[in-house]
Amino acid sequence: MAPKTSAKICGMGHSMKRKEDPRFLQGKGNYIDDFTLPGMLWLDIVRSPIAYGKIKNIDSSKALEIPGVLAVLTGKDLEAYNLHWMPTLMSDTQMVLPTDTVMYQAQEVAGVIATSRYAAADGVAAVEVEYEPMKPVMDPFKALEDDAPVLRVDKEGKTDNRIWHWEAGDKEATDRIFDEADVVVREKMHVPRIHVASIETCGCLADFNPVEGHLTVYMTTQAPHAIRTVLALVAGHVGLSEEKIRVVSPDIGGGFGGKVPVYPGYVIAIAASVVLGTPVKWIEDRMENLQADSFARDYHMDAEIAADASGKIRALRIKTLADHGYSDAQAAPSKFPAGLFSICTGSYDMEQAYAEVDAVYTNKPPGGVAYRCSFRVTEAVHCMERIVDTLAHKVGKDPATLREENFIPKDAFPYHSPLGWEYDSGDYQAAMDKAKEMIGYDDLRAEQAEKRARGELMGIGVCSFTEVLGAGPSKDFDILGIKMFDSAEVRVHPTGKAIARFGTKSQGQGHETTYAQIIAEELGLPAEHVQVEEGDTDTAPYGLGTYASRSTPTAGAAGAMAARQIRDKAAKIAAHLLEVSEEDLDWEPGTFSVKGAPDKSVSIQDCAFAAYTNLPPGMEPGMEATNYYDPPNLTFPFGTYICVVDIDRGTGEVTVRRFVAVDDCGNIINPRIVQGQIHGGLTQGLGPALYEEMAYDEDGNNLAGSFMDYLVPTAVETPMWETGHTVTPSPHHPLGAKGVGESATVGAPPAIANAVVDALAHLGVTHVEIPIRPDRVWEILREKGVAE
Amino acid sequence: MATHQITVTVNGTAHSATVDSRLLLVHLIRDDLALTGTHIGCDTTHCGACTVLVDGAPTKSCTMLAVQANGAEIATVEGLAGADGMTPLQEGFQQEHGLQCGFCTPGMLMTGTALLESNPDPSEAEIREAISGNLCRCTGYVNIVKAVEYAAARMGEGD
Repeated sequence: MAPKTSAKICGMGHSMKRKEDPRFLQGKGNYIDDFTLPGMLWLDIVRSPIAYGKIKNIDSSKALEIPGVLAVLTGKDLEAYNLHWMPTLMSDTQMVLPTDTVMYQAQEVAGVIATSRYAAADGVAAVEVEYEPMKPVMDPFKALEDDAPVLRVDKEGKTDNRIWHWEAGDKEATDRIFDEADVVVREKMHVPRIHVASIETCGCLADFNPVEGHLTVYMTTQAPHAIRTVLALVAGHVGLSEEKIRVVSPDIGGGFGGKVPVYPGYVIAIAASVVLGTPVKWIEDRMENLQADSFARDYHMDAEIAADASGKIRALRIKTLADHGYSDAQAAPSKFPAGLFSICTGSYDMEQAYAEVDAVYTNKPPGGVAYRCSFRVTEAVHCMERIVDTLAHKVGKDPATLREENFIPKDAFPYHSPLGWEYDSGDYQAAMDKAKEMIGYDDLRAEQAEKRARGELMGIGVCSFTEVLGAGPSKDFDILGIKMFDSAEVRVHPTGKAIARFGTKSQGQGHETTYAQIIAEELGLPAEHVQVEEGDTDTAPYGLGTYASRSTPTAGAAGAMAARQIRDKAAKIAAHLLEVSEEDLDWEPGTFSVKGAPDKSVSIQDCAFAAYTNLPPGMEPGMEATNYYDPPNLTFPFGTYICVVDIDRGTGEVTVRRFVAVDDCGNIINPRIVQGQIHGGLTQGLGPALYEEMAYDEDGNNLAGSFMDYLVPTAVETPMWETGHTVTPSPHHPLGAKGVGESATVGAPPAIANAVVDALAHLGVTHVEIPIRPDRVWEILREKGVAE
Repeated sequence: MATHQITVTVNGTAHSATVDSRLLLVHLIRDDLALTGTHIGCDTTHCGACTVLVDGAPTKSCTMLAVQANGAEIATVEGLAGADGMTPLQEGFQQEHGLQCGFCTPGMLMTGTALLESNPDPSEAEIREAISGNLCRCTGYVNIVKAVEYAAARMGEGD
């Protein structure tokens, strides 16, 4: 679709070069560790070496003898201020620092405050902590057994390790279909715990001014406004009320959901600054980051499909165990403890579905951040897209064909899913057709048959996912009661330049560019003249932040609506300047002209100047608008991914030879940025599919606590991604856009896993757990007698 | 702790400093010289966010002591752009969308700069191999490879 605006205006559809790039390319970004303040002290954290046990004693005396070490904060110190516990975003509780028990390895045990980062680290090494270890509960299934020790004894009346039970759908009706179905297939699968591993770790600089009673916190947060409110709720009793708290989220070196929750380190730094009256900085090192926070997934799923003999899907049934670690500290909307897992029916039309999730406590660190995922969509899509392949195998159909025969047809939108969603729009066959054409599907099947005859292992994996994102409509979506709207404030200056502020916070998504393009699209001001700001709670309008692909569906929409309000005012001014009535005006991006007399015109810049200098009688001066956008529905992007893998029979190594991703995210704001989002998402899908897993041994030891063991893809393993798109606009979003940041993270793992299973299907293999490491594949090859 | 008097030349300017034996080069650059474009992303020499050039060689400055750099010529991201503007490689990163959050970018630029110095026309495989010690979580590397290719083509135009 050709852009509506000129290259000079650079509205939607232009691949504008990013406005934020020059500072990042010249070393002038402002990330958290780049901030310093006069008199700033350093916090470093003593962490537990054991997963579960009693603290018998903490001896800080040797640490305090080290030059530069000023204080050691423990749970007992925080208890004096009632700051030793904090609420999580899911209304659970979590220790800031323990007073008597540690619940996971790498848990924060004490904070050392010193005059330099080296002295603080020396202090950490010198704090002596005596533990009495206890046997941790690491297996979520065992955690639910009758004789399992109750971990959360801090919760009054708690008699087991179950956190909650959630379900969706009609169980009885679903069971009835399973009882009578021609074909039932079943797979058990685990989407293991992984880590966001953003290249920048977490950190903050807390600056409490004791004279003013004012706190400024510079911190790596994706949701600065919500965090300010949480801080006011948590620390109101020590005098921090919301107007005296300013949260500034600077440039963020990758977030991916890991920088949504509040971690103990932030709170310890803030407490230390308040107690000492000086700025205190805390920067996690990589091993702390990989061992203590920013964990995602860990869903054990038992899935079944009921179908007729031809493979027409009739019902889906999933039973899930969710390992949350020691606390339910995920960041999901309040009414959705299992996130949006009920998107699990995916792209397929069926009569009934029933899904249930039980969440349990274990002695792992708190998990469940929505890692580049709109709250458990990754788990849901992996489950459905894997088991659809099992069904195809069972009824003897090509997996692409079976999908096509089960797609929700394009004339069925808006489509009501059995688990309660109203899908806004879709054309799944179009994405499938394009993906098959791009990769040459039929030729690949012929090649596979030839290779299989020669004993070579080649697989083709298909995934046709449907995402749900853009949380969300206020009737259903809130976090701690705060509705999940988002906001924009646009102000046009007299010379026709603008500043636009938003309640979200970019972490690399390019908001400074795409939001400017949205304003340009609606107002006709060149995008280069629109300055975008986010992240400072003192200046930006209130919003819930950037995660779950919600920025374009919510704040992007707010920007469009605010710009339209300004355009409405500009039309009145234009009518005044041209001495005609508003009805007699035509609008071309950037210009009002008189109908039938196009040479009689004024520019949007003329209108802006007049808003301050030459107003119609009675009109309020100025040219600005604020919009809080409450979306009427979520958006439902989709796509088809096809992957080709080759498997080495000698080593079990899987190589992704080709990967075609066809995405449909509705109308596209900036094609270059959308493609970049897909590339990055695919790579963060490749990692968990083949390499990444945050594993623990039975004593609770983290087995992937550095980049030596937690294997994120490098440039060598990552293939040359091939991307394409179809465009099915959202009917309810002001720009017809849907959001795209997470589609690829969601869609890539099952495409890769399906390709591996496809390569092994003739050997009777129907499932392989991710990550599909060489040793896992080689075991299968040996078992089937085909290992070389 | 022993201290050492050292002199390092960073982006053409000589700096003298008294440093502890254990001070990491990256902390000298970031904290003492206030050149915060060089980043820290891990503790184990895996991520490459701290890559600088030491006497022309790409070096992970989180795994080198400041005292070891005594007498060395160091180049950081701040020294790339000159009076003529950004280098072809920097331009390539913007043109090809080779960066998103920007945190790994300074390290990628320094590694890419050294690669193009030694190999003005690298193949895709050579580029991937060269940057395999620099992790990126945002871009999926495809556009970083293209950015290096863009720079190689631009720099080759004068030949």
